[in-house]
Amino acid sequence: MGQVIGIGAAPKRKEDQRFLTGRGNYVSDIKRPGMTFGVFVRSPHAHAVLRGIDKAAALAAPGVVAVLTGEDVAADGLGSLPCGWGISDAKGVPMKEPPFPMLAQGKVRFVGDMVAFVIAETLEQAKSAAELLSVDYEVLPSVVGVLDAVRPDAPQLFDDVPNNVCCDWELGDKAAVESAFRKAAHVAKLSLVNNRLIGNPMEPRAAIAEYDPGKSHHTLWTTSQFPHVVRFLMSALVLKLPEHKVRVVAPDVGGGFGVKQFHYGEEAVITWAAKRVLRPVKWVADRSEGYLSDRHGRDHVTEAELALDENGKFLALRVKTLANMGGYLSTFGPNIPTNLYAPLLGGVYTTPAIYCNVKVVFTNTVPVDAYRGAGRPEATFVVERIVDVAAAEMGIDRVELRRRNMIPKEAYPYQTPVLVQYDSGDPMGCLDGALVAADVKNFGVRKAESARNGKFRGLGFSTYVEACGLAPSRFAGRLGARGGLYESATVRVHPAGQVTVLIGTHNHGQGHETTFAQIVSDKLGVPFENVDIVFGDTDRVQFGMGTYGSRSLVVGGAALSKAADKVIVKGKKIAAHLLEASEQDIHYESGKFSVAGTDRVKTIEEIAGAAYVPHNYPLEILEPGLEEQAYYDPVNFTYPGGCHIAEVEIDPETGIVTLVNYTAVDDVGTVINPMIVEGQLHGGIVQGVGQALYENAVYDDSSGQLVSGSLMDYCVPRADHLPMMKVATHSTLCTHTPMGVKGCGEVGTIGSPAAVINAVVDALSHLGVTHVDMPATPNRIWRLLQNASLPVAAE
Amino acid sequence: MRAFAYHQPSEISDAVTLLTSVEDSKVLGGGMTLIPTIKQRLAAPTAVVDLAKVPALKGISDDGETVTIGAMTPHAVVAASPIVQARIPALAQLASEIGDPAVRNRGTLGGSVANNDPSADYPAAVLGLGATIITSAREIAADQFFLGLFETALQPGEIITAIRFPVPLAAGYAKFKAPASRYALVGVFVAKLAGGVRVAVTGAGPGVFRVAAMEQALNGSFEPTSIASIKIDAAGLASDIHAEADYRAHLVTVMAKRAVAAASR
Ligand SMILES: Cc1cc2nc3c(=O)[nH]c(=O)nc-3n(C[C@H](O)[C@H](O)[C@H](O)COP(=O)(O)OP(=O)(O)OC[C@H]3O[C@@H](n4cnc5c(N)ncnc54)[C@H](O)[C@@H]3O)c2cc1C
Repeated sequence: MGQVIGIGAAPKRKEDQRFLTGRGNYVSDIKRPGMTFGVFVRSPHAHAVLRGIDKAAALAAPGVVAVLTGEDVAADGLGSLPCGWGISDAKGVPMKEPPFPMLAQGKVRFVGDMVAFVIAETLEQAKSAAELLSVDYEVLPSVVGVLDAVRPDAPQLFDDVPNNVCCDWELGDKAAVESAFRKAAHVAKLSLVNNRLIGNPMEPRAAIAEYDPGKSHHTLWTTSQFPHVVRFLMSALVLKLPEHKVRVVAPDVGGGFGVKQFHYGEEAVITWAAKRVLRPVKWVADRSEGYLSDRHGRDHVTEAELALDENGKFLALRVKTLANMGGYLSTFGPNIPTNLYAPLLGGVYTTPAIYCNVKVVFTNTVPVDAYRGAGRPEATFVVERIVDVAAAEMGIDRVELRRRNMIPKEAYPYQTPVLVQYDSGDPMGCLDGALVAADVKNFGVRKAESARNGKFRGLGFSTYVEACGLAPSRFAGRLGARGGLYESATVRVHPAGQVTVLIGTHNHGQGHETTFAQIVSDKLGVPFENVDIVFGDTDRVQFGMGTYGSRSLVVGGAALSKAADKVIVKGKKIAAHLLEASEQDIHYESGKFSVAGTDRVKTIEEIAGAAYVPHNYPLEILEPGLEEQAYYDPVNFTYPGGCHIAEVEIDPETGIVTLVNYTAVDDVGTVINPMIVEGQLHGGIVQGVGQALYENAVYDDSSGQLVSGSLMDYCVPRADHLPMMKVATHSTLCTHTPMGVKGCGEVGTIGSPAAVINAVVDALSHLGVTHVDMPATPNRIWRLLQNASLPVAAE
Repeated sequence: MRAFAYHQPSEISDAVTLLTSVEDSKVLGGGMTLIPTIKQRLAAPTAVVDLAKVPALKGISDDGETVTIGAMTPHAVVAASPIVQARIPALAQLASEIGDPAVRNRGTLGGSVANNDPSADYPAAVLGLGATIITSAREIAADQFFLGLFETALQPGEIITAIRFPVPLAAGYAKFKAPASRYALVGVFVAKLAGGVRVAVTGAGPGVFRVAAMEQALNGSFEPTSIASIKIDAAGLASDIHAEADYRAHLVTVMAKRAVAAASR
């Protein structure tokens, strides 16, 4: 008999058995009888009028089953890809929301925009036919950067979106901020770029669709982080299908990082196409196609100003950002640089007044949406960089300046001036822990050693907070969310006591099959091995909003915990009957229902048996069966945070920045499985380090081509780019989630870029360097050194 | 990938016959470059002639003055070869720094040199050591072999069978790895030979090239300091999102110094 493995234990991940032995079942592993293969023809131009498409040659090619274009979409009266958030400007004017057709109509707006879908008997035949499709483009001038896009003479993407501005959004008390600035003893200013990123999940996107004419029923297998949302958006809004006739399955998915949490045109096209050709259709992107079509992340240009009094107390923060949306609004697009950004500008500080203006801007690039951290890394970067700038300018130690402004542990719950109220936290505790763990005391010794070797060494801090556990629906609704953000879970106790959980989140690397099983094992006292977690299939799982925004444990885990509590409540009723005691006298603990003060006891297995074979059962007052469902809508976001300390060494001869030490002490609330938390932190930090030092999605200004179009040019960090990391937790408990959890999926990505860049600037500060844009590539560092005030120690 | 015929001859002569008789045929070495190109439909040969089963293209031998390496020798084998490690350690080190383990176990010396990628490592060693490229038809000196961006002196149907490297008095290779691709953003091979010093640069320009000024200075004194102030003209060097031309020019000097230092160790 297996054991209970509960909260706080670190069992190996259940799911790894199948992944490590090659028994995962990914979309591209699936084969359907009679399956055909589809290829998307994508625009080679950043901006062009679609004058016409001649299908004849492609249709005549061997093996071709169908060629579909935007005209066919229009003829079938299908809808446009919906945006899940509707934001408004300060006057309440809604954002501009031009249609996003699933196959381009009239115009293409980025390199990779979908123009046609070619279906053939084999993949090679589909590719050959796609090459024969004759598309007549009238190429237009394009614009890829936000600064260029808002210029008066910029190419216009949409006739009815003047200056390419989707929304001129703001948050905060502008007047209060202005008056604080007038009183300030010092104002620190910083202009920065938050570089554009590509998500790079290991598994590229893929989809298979099949139509059963006998039942008028569609099935879509897709690499999605939220299959129920795909079903809802696609059926209700795009293809106009009855939702009960559509099944969406997201089986094993090889990573997401946000890239797979949107409803993509490919999903709608392939579902529609499968019905038209009455054959299953399969599409699998390759890496290059992914780069041109997976939603990108970040891409801000920002100006920030921090007002301080003579003692370094923060008086006010003013931030102006231009945020790139790409060519169309993706599912969460406009929400990311607004609602998930500005409310985090308070950081862990007591800044009393904050104002933020964000211009959300269309450009001829891939649509931009959430990527691990989504808005919060951008906010943290602004805050943690400008604090360092202020410290340097005022001659105050960076750590001391942070301490002077930090929200003390006793001040929680803490209401910020930008909507959010932090329920709990201890930034000072995290900072203190990290200072010790990073051996900051002896940094001077290490710096001197580096100097002896001709290297510059720097130390960087990031004391940050984020908001996750998306999201309290009512609150989100006020901010423009068009859907709910709760989660649901069903706990099905089988007659012999094993448990199946049906949950609306989606596991694609996070270890939910393990963590959630621990929660159930802990609560119901059943062996860990007797709990299976089912997700990712709209025909099996009731409903769910999926996995993103570090919400799975916080929101999904809470629903699961509630459902398990309901099982216990029902179990007590059954136990009371079986033990001939009153319900109030039944004591429950770890799988055992006993009559208080006696040795009479029923196990959960016995309770389940009685519930399903109800020969001795209170049928008059209780339904048979032992299965409970709960929906959970959080009352607030959760606010994980912590302190990250990066230490870098720079070779002035080459400009290479080497990350030599990395320390993170994070407050993620209750830790269910410390091994998984550590893994999430490692992965998150690596992606943040990637943004700071290596990753950059670059478009050519004049042609609008993606220059960093493959892994040969887009640098994802590798093991040898990184030191061994020290990660630890310093937790305060969330006051409003059932288990005190806060979420840990994104903290690493949020805290780390600022820590790394602060370290780089620190290493170069003796040369007068005050800021380095990301990524801090060797070329960029060398250029700064060339321009720096002191001669380079190159020779 | 389009369909193609696949041949696996065991004699060099059979391979040459196949290549010359079938139009649009391609010789396959380790396939690390050719296969992705075919998959992306950038190349669509009608026939592929795989050299994997030609025994005459394998093996490493040492005749005292030169080390000869068969064209089909994978990078990992060169890196681990006791002969190469003892006689031309810089070449073994260069091979050990190519790409990743998968690439090193599949990619071959002949394929890399025939391909003449402007960022590839081997061309720097071949030119830097003044090696001789032995083909199915003739022998070609390195100085006559590399003709610029992906261009070589090879004629259609001509197969590299081996490369003969002179054993230098000292040699060093210093590579600045492109962060994403791991190819040479700039790589400099420096060799001190009986006939003088040779300095060959890869990655920086449209093809591997020698730096006469550095060779001269190093012939005077084989020390990093002798070339520290020699600047390379940025005109004509590659410029891209990873490195602008003037930065590459700067790196040539830095890497050359490091190569000399490595050679002196
Ligand atoms: C991810 C990755 C990273 C890499 N990193 C590096 C790196 O850091 N440094 C580096 O130098 N290289 C690198 N390479 C390239 C690698 O070294 C390949 O081995 C090399 O490009 C080609 O060798 P191959 O044997 O695979 O040749 P193939 O791909 O088989 O052939 C390449 C070309 O040469 C021709 N050819 C092959 N053999 C012969 C022959 N004997 N005679 C005549 N023609 C021939 C083929 O017809 C073809 O045109 C990398 C490759 C990859 C995929």
